[in-house]
Amino acid sequence: MNVLIFLIPVSLGLGALGLGAFMWTLRHGQYDDPEGNGARILRKDFDDAPPDDPT
Amino acid sequence: MSLSEAHTGMACPGCIAAPASLSRAGRAAGSATHEVQLALPSVHCAGCISAVERGLLALPGISEARVNLTLKRVRIKHDGQQTVESLTAALRGLGYEALPLDMVALSGTANDAAGRDLLMRLGVAGFAMMNIMLLSVAVWSGAADATRDVFHLISGAIALPTVAFSGQPFFRNAWTALRSGRLAMDVPISLAILLATGLSLWETLHSGEHAYFDAAVMLTFFLLAGRYLDHRTRAVARSAAQELAALEVPRAIRLGADGEEIVDVSSLHLGDTVLLKPGGRVPVDGLILSGESEIDRSLLTGESLPVAVGPKAMLSAGEVNLTGPLLVEVTAAGKDTSLARMADLVAIAEEARSRYTSLADRAARAYAPAVHVFALAAFVAWMWQTGGDVRVAINIAAAVLIITCPCALGLAVPAVVTAASGRLFRRGVLIKSGTALERLAKVDTVVFDKTGTLTVGAPDLVDPMRHGAAALGVASALAAGSGHPLAKALATGGRSFAKDLPDPTVSDIREVPGYGIEGQLGETPVKLGRLAWVAPEFLAKEFFALSETATWLRIGDEEPLPFTFSDALRPGAETLVRQLMEQGVDVHLLSGDTAAAVTDTAERTGILTWQADVDPMQKAAFVRSLKAEGRHVLMVGDGLNDTAALTEADVSISPASALDAARVASDIVLMGKDLMAVSETLRIARKSTRRIQENFALAALYNVVAIPLAFMGLVTPLLAALAMSLSSITVTLNALRLR
Repeated sequence: MNVLIFLIPVSLGLGALGLGAFMWTLRHGQYDDPEGNGARILRKDFDDAPPDDPT
Repeated sequence: MSLSEAHTGMACPGCIAAPASLSRAGRAAGSATHEVQLALPSVHCAGCISAVERGLLALPGISEARVNLTLKRVRIKHDGQQTVESLTAALRGLGYEALPLDMVALSGTANDAAGRDLLMRLGVAGFAMMNIMLLSVAVWSGAADATRDVFHLISGAIALPTVAFSGQPFFRNAWTALRSGRLAMDVPISLAILLATGLSLWETLHSGEHAYFDAAVMLTFFLLAGRYLDHRTRAVARSAAQELAALEVPRAIRLGADGEEIVDVSSLHLGDTVLLKPGGRVPVDGLILSGESEIDRSLLTGESLPVAVGPKAMLSAGEVNLTGPLLVEVTAAGKDTSLARMADLVAIAEEARSRYTSLADRAARAYAPAVHVFALAAFVAWMWQTGGDVRVAINIAAAVLIITCPCALGLAVPAVVTAASGRLFRRGVLIKSGTALERLAKVDTVVFDKTGTLTVGAPDLVDPMRHGAAALGVASALAAGSGHPLAKALATGGRSFAKDLPDPTVSDIREVPGYGIEGQLGETPVKLGRLAWVAPEFLAKEFFALSETATWLRIGDEEPLPFTFSDALRPGAETLVRQLMEQGVDVHLLSGDTAAAVTDTAERTGILTWQADVDPMQKAAFVRSLKAEGRHVLMVGDGLNDTAALTEADVSISPASALDAARVASDIVLMGKDLMAVSETLRIARKSTRRIQENFALAALYNVVAIPLAFMGLVTPLLAALAMSLSSITVTLNALRLR
């Protein structure tokens, strides 16, 4: 059962990492235009960055 | 324009805090950027994004154009070369209808702080739920003794801060409700979350077998999801509907002792003299001192044709001055204008309507006390059964509270409303009120306004070629420069009818306000306008006196030729009326316009019951009498004369072109031109109400099964988690069936 000593912190760390990533995307306005982002991948012109100052 | 345009430098709070940097930016004046946001109701695909962004960037002075497909908006940064008008015109050229948004109102809601806050709490609850579930699965599958206790402790360490952070919206609402002596849905929710967490903590510290940390966090997560959906639906619709720039003019030209000055309408006083330029909206109620012009009253009274006015005539705020400059003495300004008085009426009627209780409220009102009674009963019953074992009794009472807690109920309505309004939003329909769809589903009577609602509100040339191409060519050449709606219709109608129309050179074109336009065709004088002015000697003859709605063309001394106009129907108007009648809905037409014009529209759309020359109060009274008969009335209108009726009706719809007051008074705003959206909205409203009822039934069914189990003490944390997620997923999936 000693393996738990590593596994539990690892699983919690991964969870925290995911939460951190979620907070980062939220702060950078990546959920402001889900439909537009879905549509933009179909365009020919190269445009993979979110708007420079999110509103 | 001034409303919908703002310096980004000024809007940035950082700049206000640092005046030094502002002045530095001011010195580099040439490159100052202006930001404009426009609503684009018709963008819907990747192609649209490309077309709009490329088309805008090709214009001079535009540094950035970014389409937001979710909100159906485009944000444009430019250096001041472009105006809102030039941008909307450019977009119309690309094939997209654009409406300016009010930047002042936008800045308040742009960041949607409340939405992000909810999303953050939802995210935290979601991640915590996953981690706790990971540990809980181990416990459920047989971890025992020390391992189980450690797992429970870790779960508790995650759950406590999560509940403290993510549960706040519920705790806050519950507290406000309790303080004012009410029992809202958030009270049992908070109680369940707190009791489950506290109990689990106590059990964990005493090496108990069951801990409900997963249930507490899961409850928070699902309920927050419902809350967030609810917020998002409302925020999107509300911002889009309210931020459409106001139509009312905020400024006027005052003639003072030292000449003309531009002032705020709010600073005008009784007796001031105001200059009204052609094309402008009348800012005050007033008396014409001098000048001749024509006035478009369609938004106020529903009259589709302009009215000629001269000295001594009265003007009302909100009318549009069409052809000539006018000097007006202010008889009422600001709050005393007829426009503002009408808005007050709206506010009063609004209050009356907010008393409508939604399905969700009614469910919650019955449910919240029941939940408490059940939990208390469980506690008392088990105290008696076990002979005073508090630990067992509280455990079971908490299980009852968790099981009965309205997870499904909290999602049942928001999930359906979100699915429905998302679908309608894509069709260009904005739902402003949360209960609008429910009220709409009951509608059995529809009252339409005519001008601007069933019709486009702009005249359309009838039979352009009746006098031959040459006459039409002369007429459209004369009309080309005028701002009068009939002249505009002549110019555009003639051109679009025949591309190769002769284009004779008419020189010395001069507009005589209130009468018409004259010019020289080579040596021959030509006139276009009222018969009384074009050819007074023909007025007496019966044939010529007949059609007053016509505009007359006279070349030299020839007999004058009439061009007649009709108000074009909005696309989809006929089909909509036919469909409504097929569904057994009563359709009425009420208009402030003349009987002839109303009959014409009624005949073309197939509406059987109509009334002409109706004033605003009569409209409202008509709607009230229908309601008194027990009917559920939908009012569709756009003018100021409709606002009282719009608020009086059970539910109301106005097109985006409507006057501000009418849009505010409506529950639903149509962004597109097509009236068929009304029929689609009705269909979706009926379907979504059915889905909401189904969801309530599902939630009730789940409770019928789960409550007895919880009461008997058979519910384990595993069973609670399963039941909760199953019911939540069922109602969400049922909501998504809405098509």
